[in-house]
Order: sequence, then C-alpha cells, then structure tokens
Amino acid sequence: MKPFSYHQPDQIPDAARLLTSIEDSKLVAGGMTLIPTLKQRLANPPALVDLSKLGSLKGITDGGATITIGAMTPHAVVAASKLVQAKTPGLAALASMIGDPAVRSRGTIGGSVANNDPAADYPAGVLGLGATIVTSVREIAADKFFLGLFETALVPGEIITAIRFPVPLKAGYAKFKAPASRYALVGVFVAKFADGVRVAVTGAGSGVFRVPPMEAALSSNFDPSAVAAIKIDTDGLTSDIHAEADYRAHLVTVMAKRAVDAALS
Amino acid sequence: MQISFTLNGRPTTMDVEPATLVAELLREQLSLTGTHIGCDTSQCGACVVHLDGLPVKSCTLLAPALDGATLLTIEGLQGAPGSNLMHPMQEAFREHHGLQCGFCTPGMLMTAVALAVEKPNLTEADVRHGLEGNICRCTGYQNIVISVMAGAAAMNAAKGE
Repeated sequence: MKPFSYHQPDQIPDAARLLTSIEDSKLVAGGMTLIPTLKQRLANPPALVDLSKLGSLKGITDGGATITIGAMTPHAVVAASKLVQAKTPGLAALASMIGDPAVRSRGTIGGSVANNDPAADYPAGVLGLGATIVTSVREIAADKFFLGLFETALVPGEIITAIRFPVPLKAGYAKFKAPASRYALVGVFVAKFADGVRVAVTGAGSGVFRVPPMEAALSSNFDPSAVAAIKIDTDGLTSDIHAEADYRAHLVTVMAKRAVDAALS
Repeated sequence: MQISFTLNGRPTTMDVEPATLVAELLREQLSLTGTHIGCDTSQCGACVVHLDGLPVKSCTLLAPALDGATLLTIEGLQGAPGSNLMHPMQEAFREHHGLQCGFCTPGMLMTAVALAVEKPNLTEADVRHGLEGNICRCTGYQNIVISVMAGAAAMNAAKGE
C-alpha cells in the first residue's frame, strides 16, 4: 500500500467536506473491498475518510411498515437482528450469506451498496425490496440508484447514511456462490408486496437488474412453479472463467425458484 | 498517528503509519508471529484475530481501526487463568488431529472460538458454514470439524463449572 493520510470525522458534514476538499480521497466503511483494492494498488488515494466514528450511521430502527438500517451496520448485525429476522427474514438470510464470518464482522451495508459490485448480495436485496437509499443530501429510490458496473447515482461528496426497506409480505434470497470468493455467481431476491412481486438478480450481469416476466408470473401465482419455465435472455449476461452466460441464465431460473421457496418456508 | 488498544489483555499505545495492516503490525512490529499471513488477499483466514470479540481478518484491517479497541490474537488464547493449560479449543485440535502442517491453525482456532461463543449449541452444519472463510490445504476439514465440535462442547462444559 502507498501511504495515505487518515481522517476520522465524527460529524457527517465534516466527512463530506473532507471527501470533497481532498482530491481523490476515498471513504472507508468496513474496508472489505477498499483494503484489498489498496493492497493491489488498484487505487492510491492520498487520504482515507473513515466513517467508523459516525455513531449515527450504526444501528437498525423499526419504522412499522419499514426497517431502516444505518449505513455502517455490519452484515453480522443485520443477520443476527431479531427485528430483521422477524419482519424480513429474507434480508437477514441474505446478510448471513455474505462472504464469511470475518467479512460479516467488518463489512457494512452502506459500503456494499455504495460499491455496487456486480456480484455483491446487498444490491439484490435493496433493489428486490424497492428500498430507499438515504444519503447526506437526499433520498434515492433503489430503481434509480444502481447504474451498472460499480456505478451508482451517488455524486461526489455524497455519503450514504442509511437504507430504508419497506416490509414485504414475504421475501427470500437464494444464491449460487463462486466457491473461492463466495460472491454470487447468480443471486436472486424475490419480495412479495400487496401490490405485486419484485425480482432482482445479482451476479449475472454487469449490475443488479429486475426480471419483469418473473415479477408478472409471481404476482399472479407466488409459487416456484410460476417461474420454472421462464428463462432470461443471455444478452448482457456475463461470461467468464466461472460460468458462461447461458449457464448464468439457467441459474437465474433455478435461484428464482429457490428464492420463492425460501420466501414461502 | 498514535493508537491505544488492549492487546491480549495489556494496554498498548504505539505510533503507526495509517497504511499499516494489523497483520503486519502484529508480526513485524510486535513480534507476535502466531498470526499467519497465508494468501494476503482476504480469502484464507490464517490471519484471523478477534477485534472487540469478533473474528476479523487482520490482513484486511488497517491499524487505525485498533484505536480504542480490544484485540485478541492466538498468543492471547489460553486455558483457565494461571493454569498454564491450552485453551479447550486448542486442546480439542490436539486431541482430534485437527491440524497437519499447522499453518492455518491459528486462524482456524480464532474463528472456531468466536463461533462457539456466538452459538453455544453448534451443529456440524453451523461449523462447516462458520469455517467458510478458513482454508486448510492438508486435512480435508474432517478432523477440523470434529475438533471444533469437541472444543465447543468443552468450552460449554467449562462455562458450566
């Protein structure tokens, strides 16, 4: 790693000011992606702005019809949260499947969502549940937040403070893991609401996306059989050493069935 | 920058470069070489330590994160205070041949202890899921899983005494 200066602001405006005033500086939350990136010298920021002293960014609050998770809340805390387990067990299950225990101790929901790795788990949960990304300056709907490979609607100096999830009637997540990295080769999140079903896919393409034909089929019949015959187009899906696009398309159907199964169990 | 933390029960204050990994700090500046660096890419788990009681990969942790925290490394793992005995989890690994070359063992032990503390009644499935981030190239994991189950049972028994 190249040397960098280290800042630990205790107020969000101070963090935003540091981020905009020091060119190429980076935010560090849990560091589970940033630190390996620095070690490989894929990024050499002159300064890191550590969010860990911002106490207001941690914790999970019950809003009745919503659950709000602070951006600095680690995956292990979401996975073990009685509130999340009771109201949206599919989201707690998703958090419990990220990485491994050591990654879940440090990695945060805000970091995962801001990074928008094409194979990360949280973007599927955030888009699948139609969550709202709350930042230091505004609120952004999930449908408008994820813009493709590592790209989001965040503007320079904008910091995610929390994610607000509507509580669904049912929700489930299933993923087929790449065995070494434990990232999703394909992960599918399904959520049933009173006004319809949302299906979000991670790992398969350059970014998380929804599958309208599956949503329509599940809205009229929320059962694994409803999506069994729906295979998504391979256009735009990833082909790499782990899996060809055709295999990923196949896995989307299989994981969608399993996610519905999980939601119903 | 100056950081203060508790290292294996002892208050410690030191000056560090922010761009220092905790694994390097332990091995090169504090001479605690029990924490191993295997892959150095956050995958193998040989460098797992406990930060405020939680398992973390010290190769993917910057030194400033230690400030104000409590750090436990493999050197701090021990049996009953003053007994000079091994920790029950270490004893279980010895008893059940949970290691061959031993390189991954410090990380396995730290992950296993955290797992047993978090969930007192571990099933084999819990252990296999919980060891997901720790790679062993020798044992095929079978004896490690047996050791963790036995070590967790011994930790429970010791707690009940």
